[in-house]
Amino acid sequence: MKYETVIGLEIHAQLLTESKIFCGCSTKFGAAPNTNICPVCTGQPGVLPVLNKKVIEFAIKTGLALKGSVAKRSIFARKNYFYPDLPKNYQISMYELPLIVGGHMDITVDGKPKHVGITRIHLEEDAGKLVHQGAAGLKGSTGSRVDFNRTGVPLMEIVTEPDIRSPEEAKVFMQELRNLLVYLGVCDGNMEEGSLRCDANVSIRKIGQRELGTKTEVKNMNSFKSVQKALESEIKRQTEMLESGERIVQETRLFDDTTGTTTPMRSKEEAHDYRYFPEPDLVPIEPDKKWVDEIAKTITELPSAKKEKYIKEFGLPEMNASILTSNKNMSDFFDEALKIDPTLALGSSNMLIGEVSAYCNDNKKDISETSLRPDHLIEILKGIDAGVISRTSAKKVIIKVMDTGENVKDIISESGATQISDEKELLNIISDVISNNTKSVADYMSGKENALFFLMGQVMKATKGRANPEVLKKLLIKQIKK
Amino acid sequence: MELFELTAHELHAKLDKRETSAEEIVKSVLGRISRVENKVSAFMTVNIDEAITKAKEIDEYIASGKKITPLTGIPIAVKDNMCTKGILTTASSKILRNYIPPYNATVVEKILQAGAIPIGKTNLDEFAMGSSTENSAYKVTKNPWNLGTVPGGSSGGSAACIAADEAILAFGSDTGGSIRQPASFCGVVGLKPTYGRVSRYGLIAFASSLDQIGPLTKDVTDAAIFLNVMAGHDPKDSTSVDLPVPDYRKSLIDDVKNLKIGVIKELLGEGIGSGVKKSILEAAELLKKLGAKMEEVSMPTLKYGVATYYLLATAEASSNLERYDGVKYGHRSSEADDLLAMYYNTRREGFGPEVKRRIMLGTYALSAGYYDAYYLKAQKVRTLIKNDFEKAFSKFDCLISPTAPSPAFKIGEKTDDPLSMYLSDIATIPVNLAGIPAISIPCGFVNDLPVGLQIIGKAFSEEMLFRVAYAYEQNTEWHKRKPKL
Repeated sequence: MKYETVIGLEIHAQLLTESKIFCGCSTKFGAAPNTNICPVCTGQPGVLPVLNKKVIEFAIKTGLALKGSVAKRSIFARKNYFYPDLPKNYQISMYELPLIVGGHMDITVDGKPKHVGITRIHLEEDAGKLVHQGAAGLKGSTGSRVDFNRTGVPLMEIVTEPDIRSPEEAKVFMQELRNLLVYLGVCDGNMEEGSLRCDANVSIRKIGQRELGTKTEVKNMNSFKSVQKALESEIKRQTEMLESGERIVQETRLFDDTTGTTTPMRSKEEAHDYRYFPEPDLVPIEPDKKWVDEIAKTITELPSAKKEKYIKEFGLPEMNASILTSNKNMSDFFDEALKIDPTLALGSSNMLIGEVSAYCNDNKKDISETSLRPDHLIEILKGIDAGVISRTSAKKVIIKVMDTGENVKDIISESGATQISDEKELLNIISDVISNNTKSVADYMSGKENALFFLMGQVMKATKGRANPEVLKKLLIKQIKK
Repeated sequence: MELFELTAHELHAKLDKRETSAEEIVKSVLGRISRVENKVSAFMTVNIDEAITKAKEIDEYIASGKKITPLTGIPIAVKDNMCTKGILTTASSKILRNYIPPYNATVVEKILQAGAIPIGKTNLDEFAMGSSTENSAYKVTKNPWNLGTVPGGSSGGSAACIAADEAILAFGSDTGGSIRQPASFCGVVGLKPTYGRVSRYGLIAFASSLDQIGPLTKDVTDAAIFLNVMAGHDPKDSTSVDLPVPDYRKSLIDDVKNLKIGVIKELLGEGIGSGVKKSILEAAELLKKLGAKMEEVSMPTLKYGVATYYLLATAEASSNLERYDGVKYGHRSSEADDLLAMYYNTRREGFGPEVKRRIMLGTYALSAGYYDAYYLKAQKVRTLIKNDFEKAFSKFDCLISPTAPSPAFKIGEKTDDPLSMYLSDIATIPVNLAGIPAISIPCGFVNDLPVGLQIIGKAFSEEMLFRVAYAYEQNTEWHKRKPKL
C-alpha cells in the first residue's frame, strides 16, 4: 500500500444530567415539543446562563478516566452563527481554554495494542430541533417549526489526536470510548438517538512522508458500522484522487448511510467566521483540587481494569473477559453472579457471552431488559453440575427465564427437562439402539471411536436430549462390550 | 408640598405615621404624569390601573398592621430595558414592539417583594445605545429644565421622570454612563454600582461585561435606600457577587474630614466646558472646606476609554443582539420568502441606525483577522485603565470629576455627529471599564441647566460614595431646585 491514513475524531456526547447546562429545565428525551423550556433556554431578552455544576463534574470524571489533566482555569466562549434552532444565535461553548487537556486511551485492534491521544475535552450546549412540515427536510416543506426541548442539553466534546491509522481502529476506538462513557455513567451512548455523535478528520499521505495531507471532515456517522464504512469510502475517494493526480480540497463532507459514500457539504471558503469571544455572562471555571479528588473517587472500576481482574482472579479466557466488559450491564450482571458463587465464574461467563448474548442480539434487548437475574443463572449452572439438567436443555431453560422470569425449578419440571440418570430407564433405550444399529456397534468394536458418538446421539434423540451424557457413555460401552 | 414632590424617605415617614396612603401617593404621581408627561415624554408605558390596584392592596396590607419597608407604597419607574412580566417591554426598539416578557427581572421582583409600586416603563435610547434618548424608536424625551434640550441617555426617561416629579424613584442602567450622564443633565442623583453588586437578570443586555442597574433619585438618601433593596447576590446571575449588602443608610453621615479625594486632572482639561469646570472646582473647594484633603491626580490611560469602550461594548452588543431574529418573539418582517430574507428584513426593519452602526462595529472587531488588533487589544487597554484606577485608590478614598463635559445639549445638536455624541461619555466610560462604582450628584447650574459632580470609588465602596455625596448634599442647595413645568 502506497498511502497511510491519518484520522482524528471529534466525539460529541450528551451528558446524562437531570437538568440542562445553563438552566433548570429537564433533559428528558421524547417529551412533547417545547415543554422542557424556560426563558433562559429559549433566549428571551435579558436572561442569563447559570452553569450546572454536575456538567463540570461529569466532564472532569471523563477527563480523569482518560488520564487527562483538569485545567486550572477554563472559560466558556460564544460561538456566533444564525440558525433558527439556536435561540440566542450564539452557542455557548469552550474554545481557547477547554476544561480537560491531554489524555489518552489504549485500545487493542487485531490483537495489537494501540495508543490514541486525547487533545482536549470541552463543554457546550446543544441546539434545538427543526421540524419541517410536509417533507423530510426543508425542501418541499410547507412550514418549519422549532422544538427547543434539546436546546441547552449539555454536550461534551472529546477531540483525539490524529493518531488513528485505519477505519477499523476508528471503529474500535469509538466502541471502547462509548463503553467507557457508559461505565462512568456520564452518557447513555446511544448513537442512533444521537446522544453519541462522531465527526472525523481524515487525510492520507505517502508512507514515510512527515507532513499531513489535506484533510476533509466527515460528518453524520450514526453507528459504529457507519463510522467504519464512511471512513473506508472517504479514504478510497482520496486515494483515487491522488492516484489520478488530483488535489484534495479541504472541506466538510456528509456521509450518506444508504449510498455508503460522502458528498461535499461546505468548502473551507464557505466555513463560518464564528467570531468567538469569551462569554461575559459566565465566570471562569477554577475547580479546586479537593473537588477534583472527590470526583476521582467516584470513578469505579473501568472496563480495562475489570477485564484484567476477570482474567487474573477468576481465570477467564481473554475473549470471555473482553466480551463481558464491553457491555457494562453484562459485566455488572456477571459481578453479581460472582458474588453468589465465584467458583462458577467460567460457566457463568460462557453462558453470558453464549446463550444470553445470542438471545439479547436476536431480540434487540439489553440484558437489563430481560427477566433474567444472576441467581437464575447460578441455579441453572448448579443444575448442570449436579446432573439435574443437560447443557442442551439448560439453553432452553435460560431462554424461557429471560422471556418470562419464572422460577427455574418450575421451568425445569414443567418442560420435563430433567436429566435421565436412572440406569434402568436408560438401559431399555440403549438395548433398542444397539439392536437397531449393529453396523455402528461393529465399527466401534473394530476401533472407530466416532461410532460411539453416533450411538450416543441416537440415545439422546430418543430421550429428547435428556440422557445424562456421562452415565449414558458408561452404560453404552458396558452394554456393547457385554 | 404635593406628595409627588417628596422623596421616598419623606413619603415613607408619612406612611409610617399614617398621614397618607399608598393610594394617595400613587394618585398624586399619576396626576402629575397626566399634567406634565405631554411635555416631557418620559414614559413608554404608564401602568395606571395596575398601580392603583396595587396601591389599594398595599393600603390593606398597611391597615392590617403589618410592618412596612422603606419602599412600601413608593411609585417606581422602570427603564423599559428591564423585563416586567405581562407588561410590554420594548427597550425602545421596534424589534421588540410587541414583546411581553414571561418573567420579571430580579430587580423588579425585589421591589415588588418590598411593596413598591411599578408606575410605568421609561423611554431610553434603543437598547440603551446613546447619550440623549434621541435614539428611541418611539419618542424623544425632553429635559424638564429646558424642553429644547435632551435629558441625556440612555436612561433619559428615568432621569427626566425623577426631575419632573413623575415618579419617586427610577431604575436606570449604566453601560458607559447611562445613569450618571442623564442624572447630571436632569439635576438628579444617579448611581452606577460596582459591577456585580446588582443582578443583571432580566436587564436586556447591551454589553454584558459593562451593564449595571442602579438608582435615579431626588436625593442621596433615596439612592442609599433604593440600593439597599436592589443590591445583592442573585443565583440567576453568575456575575453578581456574593458579598453581604451593608445598610447604606448608615453611610449617610455629614463628615468628610481627612478623607483623601483625588481630582482627576485629565477630566478637567480639553473638551470640558468652562462652566462645568468651574462648578467642579467649586465643589472641590467646598469638600476641602468640609475637611477633605483634595489633591490633583493624573490618570493618563483615561483618554483611551472611549475608543476601548466602543470596541468592547459593540463587540458584546453584536452578539447580544443576535437573538432578535424574528423567529421567537418581537417583530418579524412580513416581506420574506426564505430564512435569510426573514433575518435580513426583520433586522433591517427592526433596528434603528445607531444600533445597526454598533452591530457593524462590534461584528468587525470580532471578525477573523481583526480580533487581535481590536477586541483583544481593547481588552488589554481595559486592564491598563483598571490598573490606573487601582493605583489611584491606593492613595485616595475616592476621586472626583465632572459627570459630563457639558450640560444638556440641544435636541438634534449631535444626532448627525456620532463621534461628538460618544465623547459626551468621556468621564463616565472609564468607570464601567474598571467595573467600579460612581455617583453623580447635582453641583451647580450653567445657563439654567444642571451640572453633575461624579464621585468615583473603588470596587464595592458604595458606602464611601454615599458618605461624600451626602456630606456635599447636606451643605448645598442644588438638589432642592425644581424645574418649572
